[in-house]
Amino acid sequence: MLRRVLGAIAILIIAWLVLPTLVIIPMSFNSASSFNFPPKGFSLRWYENFFTDASWLRALGASLQVAIVTMIVATTVGVMASIGLSKVRFRGKALLENFFLTPLIVPGIVIAVGLYSLFLRFNLLGTLPGFVLAHTVVALPLVIINVMASLQGVDPRLEEASASLGAGRLQTFFSITLPLIMPGVTAGALFAFVTSFDEIILSLFIQSPQLQTLPVKIYYSVTQTNDPTVAAVAVIAMFTSVIIMLSAQFASRKRKSVSA
Amino acid sequence: MTSNEIAGTAPSPDQILRELNLDTQAISTINHAGISLRNVTKRYGEKAVVDDIDLIVEPGEFMTFLGPSGSGKTTTLNMIAGFASVTEGLLHIYGKPVAKVPAHKRDIGMVFQNYALFPHMTVAENIAYPLKRRKIPKDRQRTMVKDVLDMVRMGDYGNRSPAELSGGQQQRVALARALVYSPRVLLMDEPLGALDKKLREWLQAEIKRIHREVGSTFVYVTHDQEEALSMSDRIAVFNNGKIEQVGSSVELYERPNTLFVGRFLGESTVLIGKRAGSVDGGTTVDVAGHQISVPGDRVGDDLAVLIRPENIVLYQEGYRPDSASFQSVDVRVLGVTYLGSGWRYEVLLPDGSSGTVRVSHSSESFAEGSKATMVWHVESGVLLQDSGELGESTT
Amino acid sequence: MSQISAPSRPRVTSAGKVGSEANQRAPRNWKPFLLLVPAFLIVSLFFLAPLVDVFIRSITDPRLGLQNYVWLFTTETNITVTVRTFGTALLVTVVCVLLAYPYAYLMTIVGDRTRNLLQLFVMLPLWTSILVRTLAWMVLLQDTGPINGFLETAFGIGPLPLIRSTFGVALAMSQVLLPFMVLPLYSAMSKIDKRLLPAASNLGARPITAFFTVYLPLSRPGIFAGSITVFILGLGFYIIPSLLGSSKEIMISALMYQQISVFLMWGQGTALGIFLLAATVLILVVVGRLSKGASMFPGVEK
Repeated sequence: MLRRVLGAIAILIIAWLVLPTLVIIPMSFNSASSFNFPPKGFSLRWYENFFTDASWLRALGASLQVAIVTMIVATTVGVMASIGLSKVRFRGKALLENFFLTPLIVPGIVIAVGLYSLFLRFNLLGTLPGFVLAHTVVALPLVIINVMASLQGVDPRLEEASASLGAGRLQTFFSITLPLIMPGVTAGALFAFVTSFDEIILSLFIQSPQLQTLPVKIYYSVTQTNDPTVAAVAVIAMFTSVIIMLSAQFASRKRKSVSA
Repeated sequence: MTSNEIAGTAPSPDQILRELNLDTQAISTINHAGISLRNVTKRYGEKAVVDDIDLIVEPGEFMTFLGPSGSGKTTTLNMIAGFASVTEGLLHIYGKPVAKVPAHKRDIGMVFQNYALFPHMTVAENIAYPLKRRKIPKDRQRTMVKDVLDMVRMGDYGNRSPAELSGGQQQRVALARALVYSPRVLLMDEPLGALDKKLREWLQAEIKRIHREVGSTFVYVTHDQEEALSMSDRIAVFNNGKIEQVGSSVELYERPNTLFVGRFLGESTVLIGKRAGSVDGGTTVDVAGHQISVPGDRVGDDLAVLIRPENIVLYQEGYRPDSASFQSVDVRVLGVTYLGSGWRYEVLLPDGSSGTVRVSHSSESFAEGSKATMVWHVESGVLLQDSGELGESTT
Repeated sequence: MSQISAPSRPRVTSAGKVGSEANQRAPRNWKPFLLLVPAFLIVSLFFLAPLVDVFIRSITDPRLGLQNYVWLFTTETNITVTVRTFGTALLVTVVCVLLAYPYAYLMTIVGDRTRNLLQLFVMLPLWTSILVRTLAWMVLLQDTGPINGFLETAFGIGPLPLIRSTFGVALAMSQVLLPFMVLPLYSAMSKIDKRLLPAASNLGARPITAFFTVYLPLSRPGIFAGSITVFILGLGFYIIPSLLGSSKEIMISALMYQQISVFLMWGQGTALGIFLLAATVLILVVVGRLSKGASMFPGVEK
């Protein structure tokens, strides 16, 4: 009885979580030039618009570029930091670990204003390095969380065994440690990609007409032009993140089964 | 010779040793040893975990580090392996100073208690790993892997993943991996600790066989005294960061140097007393009124007499041996255990402590609570200094 | 001279080589610290430094002094905005607890497959950007949208102010933040011994009493952890309020944006930022103390 009631509640909650977002899909095939639901007719004109409009494509290109570089930087730096954290022992280590994770909970708007002020002075507004560094700050914690979780499943004696067998630190890292934490690294990298690809608050502040990522362009389109193309863009962005996050989920599942 | 020319301005190891005021004899000992530890200390903060130990392991020897947990035996092993740094002292492997050589350049083999096989590689890949590091050609690797797998009798398991193997099989693979590149030194850290008794005894024999086959220097760490006694050429008994005694199983069992060693290895009955006088070639100890003669002498007045249980015979109370070469004390039987091969008696000694006596079938039997006299040959008593330490046997 | 060393083996190095190896670097333990340097630099320069910059601006712009904070605490609008922001965050937190509790509990009593599915569904929305999801709510909640249309045709009422109202903001925020409540709740509940509830009933407690006296207190760490996360994330939301909220009913983050981007009042904007930051830290420290053991970071289990 209780189970039935809970089940019904859960289904309602799932519906509320998932369904509203999906309205964007029929909207993207609307043949009318409005945001009215239900859409009238079926057409691919908004997709066509997107793929023929240079400014949209430029935004997509910028987003992909920023997200890929952010993924590489955040993953490299995050893996190094995680390994470092797992090796060192000193007072205040927990503090340092928390320091790396704080960007997750500090209100984005405050970081955004600070970065804006800083980038203004160092001419980093609307630049690739500016975007990458800003996005790395918020993507790094996710990499560290995933890699640290993977590292916990790795027996430290394996590294000693590798050393006793004649492998130096780098050889040990690449032939023993890295393969064993690979699922966590993959998950972390994908999280980093999506975080950057979807990032909006920091991006709104550090963008310039020279470099606008997709979310920035969507935001301005929604608030300023009311162009229905945005529905098609949203669908494309949504599927990109969902597919990548599904892969990340898959990778971290594998992580659990490896460490089990 | 030419070695100094090759080295340029770098001083030779012998020069370094001479600067430390070591005589030629000591330098020669270090150069000829498989492993040499001289005044080696390991400190974590203020605490010395290994405290100024000296030890020479001969090339090709099977040396066991035996001691209770926390005695410093594993730390000493980790220093030899290069996983722990040497705080003070000289550490040489085959005459080469290694204190500052990183672990991966020491060319030693190591077998871990939890096997430490690489889970993402097959058995064969695990064993080929050290060969790859040494850039040995692929085809040669294959034959070496096969040979060593045959040696540990795991020839058919090359393509398995470590997770598919039992504990004993994993340990044999770990052994093969540590042996495949013929290291001069093989270190084993409680390698059989996680296995059940039967498998352990079988693998002990296997390890002994492999030791004879490869002829490397083996250092084996264990807290199991039976394992140590049955496997080793020599045993170093560790206690509180120091080595109490180094010797063969027989030496350690029959002629322990300290009460700790006597009590740690095998069963023992210990009589605690005071020096009462000297007889020629021996000492008389007063144990709660009994005058006990023991061969040899020791420093100090607090003395102990250690007798192995199998060297003791029980007689009816009041029995006095008529020869001076037998010693006796009156005891009360506290407990009786039937062993199959005989009886084991727990007895209350005159000094108030308890002791153990083992007798075979033919002897008279005593009931719990009955009084008896414990008799042993004077030569089987071992005189030791009473360190005041309450040693406990691990068995 | 030192040729008397080891018995000859192919790999034994000559004495000269030994001498040079002795001079090699010893295995030291400061090296791993180098691995932490890049992360430390990036987080320091592009996270800590901006926050310090915000703080400095708040006490120096336009001149050195606390005038911006005086403005912050004495202007009536600011107080209204602050109360509204905290009120909305609180409302969202309460909504999330009420919805997440039965959901998380269900996760503890179903089989593995169903549980994984329930977890997947609660994570799924996290994988879509807030912007896209807000966009969808805009379509649904607008005055000419399907909900208002339905209300009009069925009941003849409307259009209700679903959008450009705190209602719309709270609705969308709860939807976005629900996962941050479900996960810690589930993690806390999965540690509760299942036999406790029947045990309490055996002792004569009615199911309701058993729930309130046994289960609820045991699940409190999860409630605390989830609530902190939801509340402090809710305080800082910017996109949802700016797209779904009313420009007359703005929140702290939007006020901050307004001060800086529209009025170019850097001092006042940054003071608001520091206020928001201080509130976040304070809540973390105070409530974090109360719920020892629960992690402050979403997705991190201690």
